[in-house]
Amino acid sequence: MSTTDWPLWEVFVRSRRGLSHTHAGSLHAPDAQLALRNARDLYTRRGEGVSIWVVPASVITASSPDEKDPFFEPAADKAYRHPTFYEIPDGVKHL
Amino acid sequence: MATAAAHRTAGTPADGAPDTVDTTAYQHAFDAAVAADERVEPRDWMPDAYRATLVRQIAQHAHSEIIGMQPEANWITRAPTLRRKAILMAKVQDEAGHGLYLYSAAETLGTSRDELLDKLHSGRQKYSSIFNYPTLTWADVGAIGWLVDGAAITNQVPLCRCSYGPYARAMVRICKEESFHQRQGYELLLALSNGTAEQRAMAQDAVNRWWWPSLMMFGPPDDESQHSAQSMAWKIKRHSNDELRQRFVDICVPQAESLGLTLPDPDLRWNEERGHYDFGAIDWTEFWEVLKGNGPCNEQRITQRRRAHDEGAWVREAAAAYASKHTRTTTDTADTGTPGDTGNTAETGANRA
Repeated sequence: MSTTDWPLWEVFVRSRRGLSHTHAGSLHAPDAQLALRNARDLYTRRGEGVSIWVVPASVITASSPDEKDPFFEPAADKAYRHPTFYEIPDGVKHL
Repeated sequence: MATAAAHRTAGTPADGAPDTVDTTAYQHAFDAAVAADERVEPRDWMPDAYRATLVRQIAQHAHSEIIGMQPEANWITRAPTLRRKAILMAKVQDEAGHGLYLYSAAETLGTSRDELLDKLHSGRQKYSSIFNYPTLTWADVGAIGWLVDGAAITNQVPLCRCSYGPYARAMVRICKEESFHQRQGYELLLALSNGTAEQRAMAQDAVNRWWWPSLMMFGPPDDESQHSAQSMAWKIKRHSNDELRQRFVDICVPQAESLGLTLPDPDLRWNEERGHYDFGAIDWTEFWEVLKGNGPCNEQRITQRRRAHDEGAWVREAAAAYASKHTRTTTDTADTGTPGDTGNTAETGANRA
């Protein structure tokens, strides 16, 4: 095996009309500059985007699928966070 | 495609060590997800055998893309027009990209690209049998595009619905690009077929040589395919080898007619009853020989790949040394103050975007 394992980078691309960067995939590169260049060649070969972020995969922390239910549960019982929770009498305008 | 960070917390240890906890509940959740056509994601628990078979399949798929660059690249310097040359270069580049997508997908299962390449170089993992055939004339480039990429698409479109999310997503990207590779090959053969008698003969000869190897790309017949049943149960595969092969034959016959070329099979004829084309017997002895490493180009392909890897070692080392020196320098600068000056990469990226 090679002695020079290059780190993994996650690639995010913002498309020409896109409002935000979207995860496009990942790649290996020795440093950020080469990761950026390779991401350009690999993920924007056909005009897919106008902006690229590369992030070392090692700095990303993800939520755990095992704790998915308890982790997201607090959102479920707070109906007042949704605009539809509030009853407004008919005929009230601009609200 | 998910992250390296994910590997550390994935339900099953990445190194394949046996689980010590009771996995029955996990197994039920996995089975239910597969039954409901949900996607399995990198951090989800999955049976060890599911993980292992995916690593094998995705890695060998990736290897095929990388080795598959060789037979076509063989003609880059000899392409007959600049247009054809530019097309061919773009196509070989796409294949490198497909290899990278697929290695990334494989890595979400807890293996590393270096490990997989090592297995390719040492012959412990295979690549598609098709790339062990030589490209003898320019028309072979067209036959590869039309038949080999065509077979690949037939195989890969159902994989876009594969139960493993990262693999399915990689296949969506790849299928988009493969489909115009196939058009490019078809167009090349059509130009030859409409050309001089020599060009036409060259196109026919290429189709004659690539037809049967393309049919072999779908793998052994259903009753001899050792992984098929399990892969179908796990919804990694959606159709059997023979089903896909039949689909491919049915697609190709009318396309060959429109090219004005024939397919080298005297037994090929429409079967009204089945609603499919019947076709002749495949030479499975040849298939197994090629798979065992005794095809026309096995030795040459793997030798060239190993040589590129070995002779490139010093370049990889130089890049790694440069990267570590560069990282040290920026860390030093950050330590000595000037906050907000160098900033971190993400922030700089965000500002620039």
